[in-house]
Amino acid sequence: MTTLTSGSPDTERSYAEYGRPAWRRILFSREMAIIALLVVVVIAASLRVPKFATPVTLGYLLFDITPLLFIALAMAPVMITGDIDLSVGSMVGLTSVVVGLCSASALPIPVAIVLALVVGAIGGAANGLLVTRVGLPALAVTIGTLALYRGIAVGLLGTTAVTQFDKWWTTLVKARIGSTGIPVVVILFVVLLAAFVLMLHFTPFGRGIFAIGLSKDAASFSGVHVNRTRLVLFILSGLMSALAGIYYALYYNSARGDNATGLELQVIAAVVLGGVSVWGGRGALHGVVAGVLLIGVLSKALQLVNVTSDVVSIITGALLVLSVIAGSVVSWAQSRRVRPAAAPAKTS
Amino acid sequence: MDANGAVPVLELKGVSKSFGAVVALRNADLTLHAGSIHAVVGENGAGKSTLVKIMAGLYQRDTGTFEMDGKPVHFRTTAEAKAAGIAVIYQEPTLFPDLSVTENVFMGRQPVGRFGRIDKGLMRTEVAGLMDRLGVRIDPDRPADGLSIADQQIIEIAKAISLDARVLIMDEPTAALSGVEVERLFAVARSLRDEGRALMFISHRFDEVFALCDTVTVMRDGAYISTAAIADTSVPEIVRLMVGRDVNELFPKIEAEIGRPLLEVSGLSMPGVFREISFSVRSGEIVALAGLVGAGRSEVARAVFGVDPYEQGSVVLDGTPLPPHNPAAAMKAGLALVPEDRRKQGLVIDASVATNITDAIRPTLTRFGLITARAENVEAQVWARKLEVKTASLDAVAGTLSGGNQQKVVLAKWLAANPRVLIIDEPTRGIDVGTKSEVHRMMSELAGMGLAILMISSELPEVLGMADRVLVMHEGRITADLPRSEATPETVMFAATHTSEEVA
Amino acid sequence: MTTVPVTSTPGIGARLAGLARSRETGIFLALALVIVATTLKNPDFLFSADGWRNLLLNPSIVAVVAIGQAVVIISRNVDLSVGSIVGLTAYLVGSLFLAFPQIPVPLVFVIGVVFGGLLGAVNGALVAFGRVPAMVITLGTLYAFRGINVWWTGSKRINASDMPDGFLDLGTQQFLTIPVLTILAVVILVVVAWYMANTRGGREFYAIGSDPDAAELYGLAKTRRVLMAFVASGAASGLAGVLYTARYGTVNSQVGDGFELQAIGAAVIGGVAIVGGSGTVLGAVFGAYLLLTINSALPVLGIPDFWQRAVVGVLILGAIVLDRVLAQRQSRRLHEERSAA
Repeated sequence: MTTLTSGSPDTERSYAEYGRPAWRRILFSREMAIIALLVVVVIAASLRVPKFATPVTLGYLLFDITPLLFIALAMAPVMITGDIDLSVGSMVGLTSVVVGLCSASALPIPVAIVLALVVGAIGGAANGLLVTRVGLPALAVTIGTLALYRGIAVGLLGTTAVTQFDKWWTTLVKARIGSTGIPVVVILFVVLLAAFVLMLHFTPFGRGIFAIGLSKDAASFSGVHVNRTRLVLFILSGLMSALAGIYYALYYNSARGDNATGLELQVIAAVVLGGVSVWGGRGALHGVVAGVLLIGVLSKALQLVNVTSDVVSIITGALLVLSVIAGSVVSWAQSRRVRPAAAPAKTS
Repeated sequence: MDANGAVPVLELKGVSKSFGAVVALRNADLTLHAGSIHAVVGENGAGKSTLVKIMAGLYQRDTGTFEMDGKPVHFRTTAEAKAAGIAVIYQEPTLFPDLSVTENVFMGRQPVGRFGRIDKGLMRTEVAGLMDRLGVRIDPDRPADGLSIADQQIIEIAKAISLDARVLIMDEPTAALSGVEVERLFAVARSLRDEGRALMFISHRFDEVFALCDTVTVMRDGAYISTAAIADTSVPEIVRLMVGRDVNELFPKIEAEIGRPLLEVSGLSMPGVFREISFSVRSGEIVALAGLVGAGRSEVARAVFGVDPYEQGSVVLDGTPLPPHNPAAAMKAGLALVPEDRRKQGLVIDASVATNITDAIRPTLTRFGLITARAENVEAQVWARKLEVKTASLDAVAGTLSGGNQQKVVLAKWLAANPRVLIIDEPTRGIDVGTKSEVHRMMSELAGMGLAILMISSELPEVLGMADRVLVMHEGRITADLPRSEATPETVMFAATHTSEEVA
Repeated sequence: MTTVPVTSTPGIGARLAGLARSRETGIFLALALVIVATTLKNPDFLFSADGWRNLLLNPSIVAVVAIGQAVVIISRNVDLSVGSIVGLTAYLVGSLFLAFPQIPVPLVFVIGVVFGGLLGAVNGALVAFGRVPAMVITLGTLYAFRGINVWWTGSKRINASDMPDGFLDLGTQQFLTIPVLTILAVVILVVVAWYMANTRGGREFYAIGSDPDAAELYGLAKTRRVLMAFVASGAASGLAGVLYTARYGTVNSQVGDGFELQAIGAAVIGGVAIVGGSGTVLGAVFGAYLLLTINSALPVLGIPDFWQRAVVGVLILGAIVLDRVLAQRQSRRLHEERSAA
């Protein structure tokens, strides 16, 4: 055996970096499948649906899915660590109510925004602490906070809604870039997307997220601050939900306690569609964005041909089921393939 | 004892099993007689585990004959194997934590009366009887959660007896047992043998094989090598058959220059786990931490490294005090811990080899805080080569590697971090003889390079062969600090089984 | 080794003590407390004819759903599609009566249960054979089934006037002052609870939830049991859909919306661990009653209806924190017993 003290390692053996060639790795990934599907659907819609490929329509499409996009960015890392946050929809409602109340009390919108973000962070921290400090399962905790935050939201405003907001802000939120039809908020999204991509895929912190999802024990033995990371991700989830809540209030000109009911399920559907595994440890943001866009494009295109939202629901549901089954079939097929080292993985 | 001329209870001949292109078992023979304890030994990859799974009905053999009492059998499910009287006790018992001991013993075959109603009274009485018979005091109604591994194994044995198993297969049963528990297990095994059952005992520990078994079969590379009566063979002979060559230097200890203390632990205490732990490890020294399972050694290691918290005391690394419960800080100061459980703690088993190798050094590979897969692969390449890890590619999943290679990946990970102090917990558990000596040689080299090494080991030969000093723990306290010259099996075992007052 | 001596079977005293400490008793007491407090404020809550009837009747629908959900959760899965199954079945029932006004009521019950069971089988097959996480699959079917429901309903709505009187009477009829539907729910509860506690099949659900890998190693028919759990949940939801139609008469496309969270909440509050392996259907039913009784109690107690959701949230969080604290204490006790040996 080569001794460790020798200067240069044994030059005979050189390892292949990857088991499969690059094109196979990239093309045969879950994310690529979703992106391909998205492209197909976009092309089909552009060709078959009148008025689909217009700046106006695309603009509305993006406006509609902006909340989903924001929240999905934060939901993906949470799910990659193996946790989940079902309280996001309720947090959107709660923070939009906060914005509404501030506005109704004649507080300037910037203050309302800060306040909403603080509420989001606190709510996220509450989730995170219950999960990491008390050690409760995230599913159960966020089912509880889903009810709690929604309850507070509805409790604060009752059946009323705040519909008057500072014109300057509502115009800003509804603005588009020149004649492209692309909403200005997309710029904000792209910036956030870049930040999340860097964090998740290009930093040690991000690697830690994947490690936690695959094996919490091994991660902590490698120096990953497991509980701190999970807490941070829950807080981020709360913050992004708050961002979506602010957007909701300003864009729809309506702060209501029941805003965004059911949004959490849509986000999870989009994220899972995008390749993130519910069991944690795998996923990528380009797939997630494609997942959200896919749902958005489908809804909008079908809406334009007068297909009702119920059929869209059916299609979304079927798509979700099919995508997960397809993933399962693929990994089953892969496990039948010959594996390079010993096949029975356990010792002796 | 061999029942000459009697029909063997179980016989496998020429059995083979492949998974795709990987041949796990080729031409395996095994004959088990009633009233005998038959040892099966072999390196990792020898095929023992596959053989067991075929007997248990988990896998189906590709070729060969499988007979019980002279009649051919073919099990398609574990239920069929169980029905035929084959019981397997795996290394890690698999009980249902939320269910009671009684339910665990009878799960799937509870006695039923009318309408399928389970007869709970009958179940409980029978389990109570089994516990009495096995000489243990376990409450049949208590949940299985929280039972020691030794107790869990006893329950598995109770299951087997309740099944009236005629063949009892035990796969590395003593790996996690203390001396007393091992004796209890052996007593039970002997009484089962005397009842006329056939036992199969897989183990890496030759002293146990020779103490308990009457026959030994050696396997190598998926094939049967030989079978002999224990009385007719010896450890060197068996090792030679297992490895196919003479293994002379099992413990290549190189003398190293001993320098100043690099790790100083003082008064470390965690109520209920360990107390007043104080020791130091000097540069170039290999200090062994010996003791029975459950003495608290791994707990001390985890507390020193920071994975677990501690309440009192301090840890100082080359003059730098380490904050408690903070592995990242310990790593930064130059401390590394190769943990006991390779699959769950040492490696992220589902991640790639490259990811695992670079798990401890990522912060150093960043530029402007960012890291790329390329940078990781470059580093992983270097270390995989240095340790001669056998893998098809760097992005192979760590779980597909053999035990020995997995251990190499773990070692690569920590050596890449350039530690000054290395704590290594059970360095050669579950790996084959060949890789064992590589690991030992590596440890000696590292000591020679100036590292301070703390080695936790339950294998006395390893402790005595490798260590410059032996610390012994018993029930959470250090009972002895023996220099190499004074460390003998007697002194070490005495300190491991008595309190500090008694040892002093 | 543990030191607890192995004596004869535990006596009556020990059994009663265990009962007293059980989660189910706790929930029942909490329920009693809520009822007492509210009745003190307004005696009509309990003592009027309507009050008594509604207390027993209204939660029974969610309770039936919770029974099925509990079985699924105990086996370490979750069924998010129950609400959609309830809605779809309710609409089916309504449509049946519209199309065949003379259809015998028992037949409608059977059709409802079978229909729900079939929908549940879709879930079960996908989870058991597809090896995909139940949460995702049932999320998908939640959407799909609800979509089918809405599409089928269109903008129509089935009114009480479209139903035969015999059926609607069932919804509010009482037998010895206990609503018939509640009796039905209790019968189902008794049957399922007995099955879960006293048969091999029932215990296997617990085993699978406690440690799925061990269950496979034991050779338990995991696939079959998981399928059964989802069929049971679907059938229970189907039955709940029939009950809903009988009770309220009016059926639109939103029936059952939110039932999944109520059922899961009820189970969790009732002591069913979300990770599976422990808890009882009795607890889940008590949890459902507690949840819905609090809903109707809040307005009487002067707390605005709007805070009701918040209360539910606090209850769920409180329940799981309590579970955790108790589990840690027990675990510590068991470990100490062991090291004391």
